[in-house]
Amino acid sequence: MLETTWFILWGVLWAVYFALDGYDLGMGTLMPFLAKDERDRRIMYNAAGPFWDGNQVWLITAGGVTFAAFPATYAALFSGLYTALMLLLFALILRGVSFEFRRKVDSERWRKVWDFCHVSGSFLPALLLGVAFANIFQGIPLNAQGINEGGLLDLLNPYGLLGGVLFVLMFSLHGSLWLGVKSEGPIADRATAMAEKLWLALMVVVVLFLVVTAFATRLFDNYLNNPLLFSVLLLAVVGLIQTRVFLGKRSMLMAWGASAVSIISVTLFGVIGLFPVLLPSTLDPAYSMTIANSASSELTLKIMLGVTLVFVPLVIAYQTWLHITFGHKITDADLEYEEAY
Amino acid sequence: MDVLLLSRLQFAFTTFVHFIFVPLTLGLSLLVAYMEFKWVRTGDEVYKRMAKFWGKLFLINFALGVVTGIALEFQFGTNWARYSAYVGDIFGSLLAIEATLAFFLESTFLAVWIFGWNRLSPKLHNASIWLVALAANLSAFWILMANGWMQNPTGFVLRGDRAELESFAVLVTNPFAWSQFVHVLSSAYVLSGFFVLGISAWHLARGSNVDFFKRSFQIAAPFTLVFALALVVQGHQHGSTVAKYQPAKLAAMESHWDTMTHAPQYLFVIPDPANERNLVEILPVPGGLSMLAYHSFDAEVKGLRDIPEEDRPPVLLTFASFRTMVGLGFLFPALAAWVWIRRKTPESSPTLLRILPWVIPLPYIAIQLGWIVAEVGRQPWIVNGVMRTEDAVSAGISVGQVGFSLLLFGLIYGLLVAVDVYLLMYHGRKGPKSSEEETKADSESESDLQARPQGALA
Repeated sequence: MLETTWFILWGVLWAVYFALDGYDLGMGTLMPFLAKDERDRRIMYNAAGPFWDGNQVWLITAGGVTFAAFPATYAALFSGLYTALMLLLFALILRGVSFEFRRKVDSERWRKVWDFCHVSGSFLPALLLGVAFANIFQGIPLNAQGINEGGLLDLLNPYGLLGGVLFVLMFSLHGSLWLGVKSEGPIADRATAMAEKLWLALMVVVVLFLVVTAFATRLFDNYLNNPLLFSVLLLAVVGLIQTRVFLGKRSMLMAWGASAVSIISVTLFGVIGLFPVLLPSTLDPAYSMTIANSASSELTLKIMLGVTLVFVPLVIAYQTWLHITFGHKITDADLEYEEAY
Repeated sequence: MDVLLLSRLQFAFTTFVHFIFVPLTLGLSLLVAYMEFKWVRTGDEVYKRMAKFWGKLFLINFALGVVTGIALEFQFGTNWARYSAYVGDIFGSLLAIEATLAFFLESTFLAVWIFGWNRLSPKLHNASIWLVALAANLSAFWILMANGWMQNPTGFVLRGDRAELESFAVLVTNPFAWSQFVHVLSSAYVLSGFFVLGISAWHLARGSNVDFFKRSFQIAAPFTLVFALALVVQGHQHGSTVAKYQPAKLAAMESHWDTMTHAPQYLFVIPDPANERNLVEILPVPGGLSMLAYHSFDAEVKGLRDIPEEDRPPVLLTFASFRTMVGLGFLFPALAAWVWIRRKTPESSPTLLRILPWVIPLPYIAIQLGWIVAEVGRQPWIVNGVMRTEDAVSAGISVGQVGFSLLLFGLIYGLLVAVDVYLLMYHGRKGPKSSEEETKADSESESDLQARPQGALA
């Protein structure tokens, strides 16, 4: 029971991370397409400004919780995806400092360097996280010692790449919606138009992804055994449709909320399909990392559960307050604010 | 070059770089919070300008601390997978608690502080930087509980193929970890104090913004003195803690070869580890080492010869790092006392003002040396007496993979450190905005704030 609770929490933490960092990574990815001049770029930086760092901590927490609750999975997953994770890390490092460094020196070339880091550092994590999760859904060639016998190129199989495309589209849509929430005028119009196109593309890829999933993975087994679980998938579909409905009404905040719901339920769809496995082995199911063979001791799980149940709601409360306090549309005055990015 | 060596190099390098940024975050956040507090209490605008100026230097540094920190968490899984699987039960939970309790708080309220100057009441705004300071120091606490466990593992049992948590209370009351926590915090505060003193002195020597930097100097002076003195007293205490729990590390720190009672402390030593002896030993203080380590002149101090060769830490590096660190450690209270004596009129002491900017790098060096003592001195163990470093490295990764990541770390971190130093020097030298600029910026933002429509989410 304790292990199952932790499995659910594990999935929820990753889902929340995608729903939050998803929009700022998505905005960064779209910068070359939506920003026409320096003012637009600064609007986009500042639309993420107060939030990106707090959003990214969900990644550190999701990673930390994997380490704490399922150490054997953490070890197999992180060493197994070594190069992909390192690339993710370098991307996040360069992107993170681009916020802080970009405006600290008044030079066009200086800004171009950090813009490049920002855009590639936003696109690459979205792609890599998608590739990684699709490969987790599908399984990797883990041997009896929990070592991945495949290489980096094996991760770039068609299903893995499809997962990457799915994440890039999902995050980009989410990001363009947030930009719609935070901006006004021509750039907001461009963000809305972009969101409409991305929504269409995402729908196509989602359908494709679900079909391929049925063949490439065993995710649907749990659903067929317990059809009630299909409600999660239904929620994802409703979220996606509602995103389009709100977008049509130009109600950007609601559309962004619906998109967050769809990202969370898409992630949970995959996680539920995996249960009770965290990382399937394609060599032999006996080599898979499961909640039974990779969980921490009961005492650790209990203590961590206490910490999580007390502090995560608190985090959600103050991060919601942060989003409310800084959820206003960015104006010229905000860009003149001396601490602005 | 094998995976073990490359992984060790990578971890050492990334930790060093991470720890260039962290100590300043720990201390400067407190100083900035205090400066802003003075503004909230007195309404004196100079304190607000101080919080903004020192806050800007803090932010440049903070961003780098954050991004280089993620690299460390990743590496336990990527490069030290066998370690992670073996001790994740204990070590992983401490890292996860750190993220949940401290990182969220720190990153969220730092954003509130950066973007909230015109949106929050001064009191609430000041509260946000106090929360950042609290969270930064809390994060250090959990990390040092984790590192302290590697130095002196407690509160666990070995069961099957891993270490399992037995008592959380024992884990977080680990005396070694607490001693190390206090040691690291004091050193970080001393570093932050000298950082503020050094930059203030540079400006005072040039007569720029005299009132502004004099007040900064006066805030940093007692802070630096208190923690420099605490550092020496507690540093000695920490040495005895090391002696108690890690006799092999102590022996390497002192290059002490033969087990003996009344062990002397030599003021000058040249170790000769190849021949298991010291080439030169002069100026002995009889019983000094016994006294320093165990508070008794006739206490027995274990020598390296009585420790199996495969369990001995590298002597030369540990010894040299320790000696240099201690030397610097004695310099700091002396300098801080000089600063404190001249705090009322620092501008009339040109020698002091000339020296102080050059002091800034010294606590950085001392802190890095301290980590060499702590980590190299623990070898060959990754968890003292429980797991060897060579057994901890990931099994499934290749030399090519680690070589590639190490190369990229070198390039990217090299770039980041260069940019950081450049920006700190650039903005540190530029000094604060004049009060006219500040008033102008304030009135513009404030009139805008009143005219502004309510937030989209509010």
